[in-house]
Amino acid sequence: MSLFSVKTGVSVLTLICLLLAATEAKNSEDIRCKCICPPYKDIEGQIYNQNVSLKDCNCLHVVDPMPVEGKDVEAYCLRCECKYEERSSGTIKVTIIIYLSVLGLLLLYMVYLTLLEPMLKRRLFGHSQLIQSDDDVGDQQPFANAHDVLSRSRSRTNMLNKVEHAQQRWRRQVQEQRKSVFDRHVVLS
Amino acid sequence: MAEAEVISNATPTEEMNGAGNLMDFLDEPIPDVGTYEDFHTIDWLREKSRDTDRHRKIRNRRKESLWEFVKSLLDAWSGWVVMLLIGLLSGTLAGVIDLAVDWMTDLKEGVCLSAFWYSHEQCCWTSNETTFADRDKCPQWQKWAELMTGHTEGAGAYVLNYFLYVLWALFFSFLAVSLVRVFAPYACGSGIPEIKTILSGFIIRGYLGKWTLLIKTVTLVLAVSSGLSLGKEGPLVHVACCCGNLFCSLFSKYSRNEGKRREVLSAAAAAGVSVAFGAPIGGVLFSLEEVSYYFPLKTLWRSFFAALVAAFTLRSINPFGNNRLVLFYVEYHTPWYMAELVPFILLGVFGGLWGTLFIRGNIAWCRRRKTTRLGKYPVLEVIVVTGITAILAFPNPYTRRSTSELISELFNDCGALESSQLCDYINNPNMSRPEDDIPDRPAGPGVYSALWQLALALIFKIVITIFTFGMKIPSGLFIPSMAVGAIAGRIVGIAVEQMAYHHHDWIIFKNWCRPGADCVTPGLYAMVGAAACLGGVTRMTVSLVVIMFELTGGLEYIVPLMAAAVTSKWVADAFSKEGIYEAHIRLNGYPYLDQDEFTHRTLATDVMRPRRNEPPLSVLTQDSTTVEDVEMLIKETDYNGFPVVVSRESERLIGFVQRRDLTLAIKTARQKQDGVVSNSVVYFTEDAPQLPASNPQPLKLRRILNLSPFTVTDHTPMETVVDIFRKLGLRQCLVTRSGRLLGIITKKDVLRHMAQMMNQDPESIMFN
Repeated sequence: MSLFSVKTGVSVLTLICLLLAATEAKNSEDIRCKCICPPYKDIEGQIYNQNVSLKDCNCLHVVDPMPVEGKDVEAYCLRCECKYEERSSGTIKVTIIIYLSVLGLLLLYMVYLTLLEPMLKRRLFGHSQLIQSDDDVGDQQPFANAHDVLSRSRSRTNMLNKVEHAQQRWRRQVQEQRKSVFDRHVVLS
Repeated sequence: MAEAEVISNATPTEEMNGAGNLMDFLDEPIPDVGTYEDFHTIDWLREKSRDTDRHRKIRNRRKESLWEFVKSLLDAWSGWVVMLLIGLLSGTLAGVIDLAVDWMTDLKEGVCLSAFWYSHEQCCWTSNETTFADRDKCPQWQKWAELMTGHTEGAGAYVLNYFLYVLWALFFSFLAVSLVRVFAPYACGSGIPEIKTILSGFIIRGYLGKWTLLIKTVTLVLAVSSGLSLGKEGPLVHVACCCGNLFCSLFSKYSRNEGKRREVLSAAAAAGVSVAFGAPIGGVLFSLEEVSYYFPLKTLWRSFFAALVAAFTLRSINPFGNNRLVLFYVEYHTPWYMAELVPFILLGVFGGLWGTLFIRGNIAWCRRRKTTRLGKYPVLEVIVVTGITAILAFPNPYTRRSTSELISELFNDCGALESSQLCDYINNPNMSRPEDDIPDRPAGPGVYSALWQLALALIFKIVITIFTFGMKIPSGLFIPSMAVGAIAGRIVGIAVEQMAYHHHDWIIFKNWCRPGADCVTPGLYAMVGAAACLGGVTRMTVSLVVIMFELTGGLEYIVPLMAAAVTSKWVADAFSKEGIYEAHIRLNGYPYLDQDEFTHRTLATDVMRPRRNEPPLSVLTQDSTTVEDVEMLIKETDYNGFPVVVSRESERLIGFVQRRDLTLAIKTARQKQDGVVSNSVVYFTEDAPQLPASNPQPLKLRRILNLSPFTVTDHTPMETVVDIFRKLGLRQCLVTRSGRLLGIITKKDVLRHMAQMMNQDPESIMFN
């Protein structure tokens, strides 16, 4: 139990480190200085976008080529608004890919749990047992139930069995939750 | 070791036990004693005294060896370590959610061809093809119709885009609801009512579990991106509390003690709001004002730290690319004028009315869902509501985009360079102004069409939010409430602004609009409206104002925000006393003792069990009950605990023993201790009773006995009893008269009594 939580903690910390590391790895494309210049006399409004550092982020450096003559430059530049922005494309990429893979795994597992497993079970054990195993879950006391499974899973040494029992226990809990949320509407409605 | 035992023996708690008896198997603690069952309330007093004992033990052992000293230091630091971890994880998750929502929301409209993981804005980030007229267009970003047919304009492209928008929305919400249904049903809803109840001492097993955390994070992104009228702020509080619970299991100090665990959860809630709004102080105050039940100073400091770490982590991820924690961060510098307080107060009234309408409508709809056939089709309901939302939202540009973006645009002040339709003022520098001292500009056709669209968006949001909140997907109501208020506020703001422009000779505007200054900032009205509506729904005041002020970063606007928040609370309180969270708590019948005054003149003897013509209380005697009797008692009754008396004749009270502890102790004794059979005598005294030699080995259970149960006399007014239950967090209280046990009052009895006094159905209170 505590080993499991330590593992969770470690994996969580790894995730954080990964994201922070991705934040650090700055791409050269990740800074921009964007100047928006409104219409001036007969010149149309323009947007200038340059990859320059924060101290160079002003109209004189970014607006290139300058659309007005020497004496008008100052007046033109006064109207422009320059904004320095930073982002981290690495973080975005890593985050979206991690998110999509987690979502994909969950979807696969969901399809397995809802469609494939009942089919396999039906083929293996026949129809009657499936109904029975569905029936005996709900009415028992939740804590007596959990203890039973817990003590059984302790006595076995086989790793695979342990995983299976943990999964069984979890599924029983979810079923219990589903009953109280979706069917009986006692919580969260 | 022995010394420590002696010291701990000096306290009258259940830790007291006779050292020395070698046969006493209870010297080693029984696993699971002192834990609670699902849907039960905890006993705060017992948790507190257990923690004091644990703490004392560690302090006494500290001098024994270096290792024990290090252990005590670790123990003292573990609270801060947990806070650090909570801050890191909840900040990271909030960043992930923000980035993923940004991308997925735009996925409904199109895709970035150069890198699919970029949202529209990120896709055109470096592009040089953007023009002044069409600022967010670049060749890398293609709408679906453009990608499929090659046309960007025309009815065909519009219809195709429309169709795909609805389809994506349906797909996202279907995924969200099925993931919730299959993996973690507890992940649905906003979670704040449940967290409030949990923090007040209720147990909902699995509500803050790992699966709930995972599924809530993943489905929250789907739900928000599907364009439904819901926000991520409430669920983020739930996510942060799940993180808190996760890290509690690393330290036995918190995992073994439900009271200490709740202190950590309070702080985690603060971290959740901190990242949701980018308002660390607002988060701490939110936890204090809205969710927490027991909030000592120590928790205040820890919440502060957790909120700080969370905000820092989110800031270093920088999800919006603006170096801010929220999308709708604004910065105003224009002042406001006294006369503007009138529209601000009117917005407050609107907020109060909206709060009342929302709470009434939403509760009525949720009750329907709970009791009628509607509740049988949760998936279908989500699909239908998403379909309606998407179909109605697409034609209106203000509802098509994400609600956060809408709020951001409404809050923003119109600079000279804004491209938004809302800023389409007639602004011709060559135009000869009628009078030079009027700084405001007349509204152009864009503003008028925007007003129409905003009015339609307002009606749409008001109606659809009532039906959305409470569906079986993660959904918060901060953002939709703020959107309603921001739309109303912006409309009022533009109206006031135009009035000031067209009727500048009116006496109020003459004093108010001084030359050379912008006299009305419509964005500020939007912000005040948002605060008012949020206040009307949640009845927050202090934390709300602090959150809004942290969003603007300006101290100047505190008075308008305060005026609006207080007005909306007054107006809403005039209709009904409870906010949306209390209303949902009552709808579900959670055992939550709220802080309202109890004003009825009843006595403890009217509320206690047993009533006049009921069978007498089931009690245990201190040294004459047998194991078999106890087991019969446990089997035949479903009480959660039994008082222990000296004997059935005298009925003088000794202590109280929990049912769960009793069950576990006897079960363990039967397995492990030799000589314990059905007619062994169970004794709660220090020394074994004098028994004939033929009797089997007696069983000592003093360790599980609570020697200091809380008692009141039968003539104590219920007002005091309710106060004791509320302030000390009791689970049960025994009623005595001159030392004789008369009856028992449980939290359930108190809640039922209160419900009865308020003419509600007392059976609706949920208890196992």
